[in-house]
Amino acid sequence: MDNIIVIENIVKRFGDHTAVDGLSLDIGRGEIFGFLGPNGAGKTTTVRLMTTLANLDEGRIVIDGHDISKDPIKAKRCLGLIQQNVSLDKELTVYENMMHHAMFQKIPKAERRKRIEELIEYVELDRYRDYMVNSLSGGWKKRVAIVCSLLHNPKILFLDEPTVGLDIDARRKLWDLIKKMNKDGTTVFLTTHYIEEAEAICDRVGIIDNGRLIALDSPKELRNRIGRMAVEYYGEDGKTEYRYFPGRQEANDFATNLGNDYTVIVRRTNLEDCFVEITGKKVGGLR
Amino acid sequence: MMNLLREIYYVSWGDLKFLRHNAINVLIMSLVSPILYLVTFGYGLAPNMVESDLPYIAFIIPGIIALSSLNASFSSTATRFNVQRLYYRSFDNMMVSPLSNAGIVLGKTTLGVVRGLLSCTFIFILGLFLAPQLMLTPLFVFSLILSCYTFSLLGVTAALLAKSHQTMAAFSSLVILPMTFLCGTFFALENLPPLMQAILYGFPLTHSSSILRAASLGWEFPWLSLLALAGFFVAFFLVDIHLIKTRKI
Repeated sequence: MDNIIVIENIVKRFGDHTAVDGLSLDIGRGEIFGFLGPNGAGKTTTVRLMTTLANLDEGRIVIDGHDISKDPIKAKRCLGLIQQNVSLDKELTVYENMMHHAMFQKIPKAERRKRIEELIEYVELDRYRDYMVNSLSGGWKKRVAIVCSLLHNPKILFLDEPTVGLDIDARRKLWDLIKKMNKDGTTVFLTTHYIEEAEAICDRVGIIDNGRLIALDSPKELRNRIGRMAVEYYGEDGKTEYRYFPGRQEANDFATNLGNDYTVIVRRTNLEDCFVEITGKKVGGLR
Repeated sequence: MMNLLREIYYVSWGDLKFLRHNAINVLIMSLVSPILYLVTFGYGLAPNMVESDLPYIAFIIPGIIALSSLNASFSSTATRFNVQRLYYRSFDNMMVSPLSNAGIVLGKTTLGVVRGLLSCTFIFILGLFLAPQLMLTPLFVFSLILSCYTFSLLGVTAALLAKSHQTMAAFSSLVILPMTFLCGTFFALENLPPLMQAILYGFPLTHSSSILRAASLGWEFPWLSLLALAGFFVAFFLVDIHLIKTRKI
């Protein structure tokens, strides 16, 4: 698999604080890549650097063969971005927002309407086309933002915490949409707080903490690193402890030996266990 | 060149749609203050005053037109751009698109220029009834368009510098308000001490008032002021390009 994104030793500082600290990473063409990290780990800053919304202090980012510092216009042609907070013009209608995006992307006039109609159908937006964006619910706004970022058929789609604020139904629909886009050839770079989101849709996951990449692998391999089975137990003090084991037998033996003073759950390890083990923090905050 | 013009059109398209959705509101809002100035200073305070051998009303109408070009162009560009950049974050969509910085900056001025021209046209038409001395000349039209572009570019500067609505308000209080009253819109600059005059020539509205007044009253045209205003246009444009390149969050 060739790499559509190459990140080499990038650094971004805000005053004395180093938000991204020597990060290097390659993303393969056609991959769905998940970027996990606690609050303030540097996820959004990394996305802003990759999408040219922030300037690099050091290092290099190459998007589909184009160095973003030397050739930003060509690099920008390849990418679409969906931000955590929907970035639409709320004083225009859905259709006007889409048309404006199509113009930004310099889609030829003859193709604009056709492309907009295709995408309106793709995400079932037809009845909302003439609504002011301000009047839509969060889920529909997010859909509009997604179709706007897809108008020019980007090779890479960056999604920064795309499902924050969405209900479970809207979140799952969005996952389906991301998988569908990926099947149609779009590489996806996703930052998220939701561990199950990364497990459900990502081919590979990177964990970032204090601006540094501290783990990188498929969700399955990351889980296997700490052991396939987890024992979660707590006693009268209410403090939950975790232990990880390579197989079910070892986990069961440990649970049995704990005796009756503890409430015990034996289960498969998940990505959250890996995250906590690796970073020492819960996703979204301190442990 | 064609590519740049296309980009300007693409960037301004959304703002012009916004203007269409809010046309009546926008027009009424941009006419309130010039009409108030006209009534207060033209009729209320000085109905029989003469300034530079002219009825005062004829003297201040070109000044009020210059002032309207400042207020309407600056505020409509700065307010909408500030909201798009800091609150809707829709400006980010422009920044991740394959548009040139010049296309973005000039495109963002269009709303201010259109609003400034609409507002000034209305005042000029009203002015023709109140002061028949006024003349519509090609030089006046050119000066007005240059003024609207210059102040709209200043609006882009303010929006790019602003970190909140608060900073925008501070910019208006510290830069726009002093210009409104001091830059020769309501009185001839020659009435002031030389040092004060020299300071006020450092502001674009002084030159805008001067060229619009000369062009509409048939006075000797101050070409140096036209050149100075063009200089402000270029300076604001270059500052905006620099800010777009460097003021990324």
